[in-house]
Order: sequence, then structure tokens, then C-alpha cells
Amino acid sequence: MRPLITAIGLLLGWEALVWTTGAPPYILPPPSRVLAVMVERFDLLLAEAAWTAIEMIVGLLLGLVLGAVLAIVFAASVGWRRWALPLVIVSQAIPVIAIAPLLVLWLGYGLASKVAMAALVIFFPVVSTLYDGLRRTNPGWLDLSRTMDASPAATLLQIRLPAALPAFASGARIAAAVAPIGAVIGEWVGASAGLGYLMTLSLARGQTALAFAALVVLCLLGLALYYATDWAARLFVPWQSQGE
Amino acid sequence: MRDARIAFGDRLVARDLTLEFPAGRTTCLLGRSGVGKTSLLRWLAGLLPDAPRQQPVAYMAQSDLLLPWLSVLDNVLLGYRLRRDRSALAAAEPRARALLADVGLADRLGDKPNQLSGGMRQRAALARTLCEDRPVVLMDEPFAHLDAVTRLELQDLAARLLAGRTAVLVTHDPLEALRVGHQIRVLSGTPFIVGPPIEPAGVVPRDLADPALSGLHSGLVAQLRGQAR
Repeated sequence: MRPLITAIGLLLGWEALVWTTGAPPYILPPPSRVLAVMVERFDLLLAEAAWTAIEMIVGLLLGLVLGAVLAIVFAASVGWRRWALPLVIVSQAIPVIAIAPLLVLWLGYGLASKVAMAALVIFFPVVSTLYDGLRRTNPGWLDLSRTMDASPAATLLQIRLPAALPAFASGARIAAAVAPIGAVIGEWVGASAGLGYLMTLSLARGQTALAFAALVVLCLLGLALYYATDWAARLFVPWQSQGE
Repeated sequence: MRDARIAFGDRLVARDLTLEFPAGRTTCLLGRSGVGKTSLLRWLAGLLPDAPRQQPVAYMAQSDLLLPWLSVLDNVLLGYRLRRDRSALAAAEPRARALLADVGLADRLGDKPNQLSGGMRQRAALARTLCEDRPVVLMDEPFAHLDAVTRLELQDLAARLLAGRTAVLVTHDPLEALRVGHQIRVLSGTPFIVGPPIEPAGVVPRDLADPALSGLHSGLVAQLRGQAR
């Protein structure tokens, strides 16, 4: 309740600021106007949001799978860990925004380049949290599986992996929070649809209120993705609250 | 075991250790904290580097080590699941159910470990250890974290279920050793030496009200205390 009151207070302040300074709407549209545009252009916003949502969700799924596979490979094989793990870390030193034009050049203006961008920012938190989780299995469980003559593969699949799922769930939450960054940067650099595309387009045409409206929808989309991921994580990893 | 040597880096825990554990009986290794009794047990379990296991064991640690994502029944069958032997798993399931009934968890088979109390969890761990059906059972202070009454109940239960098995139980509690051990050996010194076998009269679980035991108890305490100097 309190954050809501704070938000309403800020919006009222913003509205008052626009009225007192008389700022032109193409510089700073008042919230009431943004709301009106949202209602007016609802169909357009919905269509663009659907496009961005697909980019985010496909990117998230791809990033989660890619990250999980890499983390498991690194945990299972010393060779891969030595040869490829440093590269994964280096790949994160490159700002995504710097390679966005390249991805658009290679993969085109459509869905593929945005999905690749989103997957690129998503897979790293997934790899690092899951790999960490796989390395920090309760040593008692590992002792137990050794006395039970479990093979390394059985120990990995039946003990280390389930034990690392809470870590994977936190990686997935971070990934869901950064997924919009990848998708929107991709749209800014070059796209023919999506909320990021709509924002650049409407700003260029002086339709600042529409750009704000797209931003609001993007926020809602990001929140929805985050809470859906959080809900799925709780559903599939119900034992995560226990400190084992 | 023969001529065992246990060391961590420069710290020698024991050397030239030759110990015999009587078959079908429970041997309690009694010692103060830090004497190296857990290391000895881990050596026996083949969990120390450069110490190949001498024979298959079932191992029970201080904490229950139940996996939180598996039901109680699946936890008891963990060894069979990990070895991925379907026929053995199917064959072991009735025994797992019977053991869980023995430890009083017949109606909690499908529960997850976090739905159980500490005593119940330790009983499930006991059932898992016995379900392994290995020639030797190794237990590392399995009841140390329980409250006094639960501990007494579990000692009785363990003594009853371990009947006829070769078991080595590590403990720092002379009373526990007297209650459940057919044979007691005191560990002391650095590197530790193992005292001669002490075999109190009576059947396990012994009743601590027996006046003969209180004499033995003070003897054990004196040994533990005297050799700590």
C-alpha cells in the first residue's frame, strides 16, 4: 500500500510540475496525457507489447537452457571448465550494447537478433548461479553417495543438480529482471516492431506521450515476467526456503 | 583393520592402528571431542583420501542428511536409486516400508523431510542406513543433536534393529556407549591410541538403572578425563 501512495504522490508532483512550468508536451507530457494516450492507442501498444513479450520470453527460455547446459558441463568436466569458463566471463566484459549492431547485421531486423541479445544478457547470471550451486553441495550428501557407491553421473543428476535448483531459481529471477534490457536494446538498434521500436519512432516524431506510454507498458511487462518466473521457481523448487 | 595411518597434512591422527571389530556386534568407539574418532570412522568408510574402503558399509552421519526434495520412502531407498538398479530397487521397497514401520514412520512414507520432527528425521535416517543391507554399519554420533528423551528412545530402537549386525558407533557419551555397545573401546591421546575392549555384562539396550553400570560409567569417565591430560 505504501509504495502505491508514494507512486501516486510522485505522479501528482509530476502533473503539478508540468502545469506550473508550462513545459510543452513534446518535452514533458503530464501523466494524465500519457494515460489518455494509453487508452487511445491501446491496440497499437498491445500489438507492440506482444512482439516484445515474445522476444523476452523466447530469449529467457533460450538463455535459461543455454546457461543450465553450460553450468552442468562446467560442473561435470574439468577440461571444459579450464578451456571455456574464462571465455564465458570475458564475454560479459563486452557491453551488450556494443555488439547489438553486429547481431542485427548478422541476424537481421526480425525476432532472431532480439532473442539472441536477450539470451546473451540472460545466460550469464544463470551459468554463474547454477555453477556455484553445483559446487556447493552439502559435503555430507556427497559422503553419503560415495558410501552408497553412486557413480559421478548419478551423484550429479540425483544429488548435486536438485540441490543446486534453489541457486538456479535465483539465477532465473535475475535473468527475468534483465531480459527486457536485451530485447529493448535490440529494438533500439534496428527493428520493425516492438515497444523499444515504438519508443524511438514516437520520440523522433515528437509524440513524447506515446513514448512514455510504451515505457509504462514495458515496465508492466518486465514486472509480469519477473513475477511469473518467481511463481514458477516457487512451484518447482518448494524446498528452497530450507537452509540445508 | 590393519596398520592404518590417518593424517591430515602434518597432523598425525593415528598410526599403526590395527583394530578388530567383532562380527554381529556393536562396538562403541568412545572419545572426547577432537580425538579423531570421526576420522577413524571416515577412514573405515573409505571417505578419507588414500584410504580405500575394506568392505561395503552403510554410513550414518551426525546430521540426518535426508534429501529435502525426496519423500521419506524415497530417502530410505536412496542407495538403490543412486545405483540405478531397478530390480534391486523394486526388491528393496518392501523392506524399506517394513523398516519405516519398525521406526514408527509407517504413516509418514510420502511426507517430505521438512514435515518431520528432528527425532523422526533421525529415525528415517536410521531406516535408510539399515535398508542398505551392508555387512558393516558405521554411525557417527547419530543421536548427538536430539533431546534427552528422544535420544534414549532412539538408542533403544537402534540397539534393537542393529541386533546381529556388525556395527561401529562413534560417541563422546559414556552413557550411550554403555547402553548400546556390546563392546566399548576408549580412544585417547594425540595421535590417539585405542584402549583394550571393555565388555559390560547384560544384553543391549542395557538399563542404566543397573548399579553395575554406574561403576563402569565412572571408570570410563575417569579414563576419558585422565588421558586427556
